[in-house]
Amino acid sequence: MLLVKNGRVLDPSRGTDAMLDVLLEGDRIAQVAPAISAPSAEVFDATGMVVAPGFIDLHCHLREPGDEPSETLESGTRAAARGGFTAVCAMPNTKPVNDNASVTRAILERAQAAASVRVWPIGAASRGSKGEELAEIAAMKQAGIVAVSDDGRPIATARLLRQVMDYCRSLDLPVIDHCEDASLAAGAVMREGNQSVRLGLRGMPAATESIAVARDVQVAELTGGRLHIAHLSTRASLELVRAAKQRGLPVTCEVTPHHFTLTDEDLAYDTRFKMNPPLASRSDRDALLAGLTDGTVDAIATDHAPHEPALKDVEFDRAPFGVTGFETALALGLEQLVHTGGMTLMRLVELFTAGPARALGITRRVATGEPADLTLFSSEHAWTFRAVESASRSRNTPFDGRSFRGAPMATIVAGRIVWRR
Amino acid sequence: MLGIEPLTVEQITFLLDQSKPFQEIQRHPLKKLATLRGKTVALAFFEPSTRTRISFGTAAARLGSDTMNLQAEVSSLRKGESLLDTARTLDAMKPDCIVMRHSASGAAEFVARRLEIPVINAGDGTHEHPTQALLDALTIRDRRGSLEGLNVAILGDILHSRVARSNLHLLGKFGCRFTLGGPAMWVPRELESLAPPGCSIRRVARIEQALEGADVIIVLRVQQERQHESALALAEYILLYQLTPERLRLARPEALVLHPGPMIRGLEIDPAVADGPQSCVLEQVTNGLAVRMALLFELIGSAQTESSAVAPAQAKDAADAAR
Repeated sequence: MLLVKNGRVLDPSRGTDAMLDVLLEGDRIAQVAPAISAPSAEVFDATGMVVAPGFIDLHCHLREPGDEPSETLESGTRAAARGGFTAVCAMPNTKPVNDNASVTRAILERAQAAASVRVWPIGAASRGSKGEELAEIAAMKQAGIVAVSDDGRPIATARLLRQVMDYCRSLDLPVIDHCEDASLAAGAVMREGNQSVRLGLRGMPAATESIAVARDVQVAELTGGRLHIAHLSTRASLELVRAAKQRGLPVTCEVTPHHFTLTDEDLAYDTRFKMNPPLASRSDRDALLAGLTDGTVDAIATDHAPHEPALKDVEFDRAPFGVTGFETALALGLEQLVHTGGMTLMRLVELFTAGPARALGITRRVATGEPADLTLFSSEHAWTFRAVESASRSRNTPFDGRSFRGAPMATIVAGRIVWRR
Repeated sequence: MLGIEPLTVEQITFLLDQSKPFQEIQRHPLKKLATLRGKTVALAFFEPSTRTRISFGTAAARLGSDTMNLQAEVSSLRKGESLLDTARTLDAMKPDCIVMRHSASGAAEFVARRLEIPVINAGDGTHEHPTQALLDALTIRDRRGSLEGLNVAILGDILHSRVARSNLHLLGKFGCRFTLGGPAMWVPRELESLAPPGCSIRRVARIEQALEGADVIIVLRVQQERQHESALALAEYILLYQLTPERLRLARPEALVLHPGPMIRGLEIDPAVADGPQSCVLEQVTNGLAVRMALLFELIGSAQTESSAVAPAQAKDAADAAR
């Protein structure tokens, strides 16, 4: 038994904001009440901390199997735990691609043995994520996938997307799409704008993303399937999602911490600022902040994309896309949204818990009988992030050396403290 | 020397002034100095280049320096070595500076940040080509007496031109007014944001508009090798954008015509213009040597002198001695 005492419980699913103790028994929450007495329980003193439902990351790349020098299920989930995440959704672009049940099972078995937090695999939508024929989605669903995606690339055609969405509707799985018009993105390494022209780097216009979002929203309407837009980064995309929601379509979206923190103006030739979708304009960034606050955005997701140092220590054109993100996500949320933006802590917690849960069609609550997954954090703790101290095997973060106000303090998964500061 | 953008007007003027004695050397029968004797300049050309490589190599030779040559065609890059490893290997051979041309924007800066020795950017992708802008400025200043407030027309594929960017930065700092003319997809609106304070950049749809009242015309090469672009039919380009004698008449009578080369006669420029009295093309090539000698001298020649203020006098003496 574990008793989390003296914390401020924030549960957006029920609007709870109160000083409550939480008693965990086995892998479940046994009691949530003021001043619980449980003499036999181990006590965690959460004085000054927020006690939230366990954070879910809808979007990460754990690289195992196939690219273990960059990350493993062990190192990646240790980094996730340090970021306060209790469950992470692993994208299928591993080698081999997670496009059949045997790969899904292998990932889950390996996670069972080595992972610090829950690993929820996402299955490929198409075989090999090649955009040609459907992957074995039903078998992967039985094996444990929580969604499908061809992430890293868009679901290739409207026709395939229609098939995938129809099929996944019958399987009650969300379809996550990396929205990008391939022809506009070809050869581009950053967002098109003043900065790309100044640097002489090939840019992709903002419409690269929103053209694909527009297609996807219309296919969602056509099929009635659940659509989740990955790493949404532009104002135009956000407007399309907002309009889709107003029409009552089951469309959700996520925004990454780097997209709501940085803009293309922050980018010179440093490959730690290279990711896809690329850093957007200031106007787009401001729209994302507004969308996160007003409820249009459902979730903050990291798109944690580790690459071993040698791969990133090259010319900007040649570097792979992607930045790590687990350990700085909450701190950036506090910095940009709460301390600067005036967002409530309740809304921020929702973006890490109830929001992503809704996209997956599950719930996330601090209540008796629920899984004993909790994220404890401080909105004030001062600290400095150092990439060399990260649990990730990779160092490709634009936030190395950044000082923060607010941090994860402890991560509890299935009743066990898997990490504490 | 990674780009023109971070330089001040004073620094640019200094470099142009420093080039004057080296211009004189080019006119002299005995052109070789001993100023950089014992020094080594590494020429690392990761992208095919003839004129810039020969120009830097000759500049180094006329200063008495040795050169090391790396050419992409014969280098270990073909075998998959990374740029960083290649640069470190070159560096381990202890040159005094590296002159670098690379197809990736930012590549010279990437190498410069990781090595101790000076790196001269001889063209990085579609970013900058600073010595080209300096030699253009020297050519213009010689003919017009000053760089201040000129009307400059730049014609062609400006988006993908490192020459255009460096010229916009350089001449922009001297308050020049630019008109950019070329196919619309190669002259995007964002180029206007490159204008430094006190300089204006205007895009026009027809090159006739760009030429009206121009003091200086910079004609760019049509880069047919460009990736990810659907090529414009050459006949279309010639029809709308070739600098012909008729179009040239729209500019000021004494307007200068510059071209960074390699020039394709009959494509971006009519042979009559290329060979005409307003053309500065060959002067540009000669001035390229002077500018590059001045730059090499400043970067690795004056490091050992007590004060760089002495250096120009020495160079002048050397030039006089050579005469």
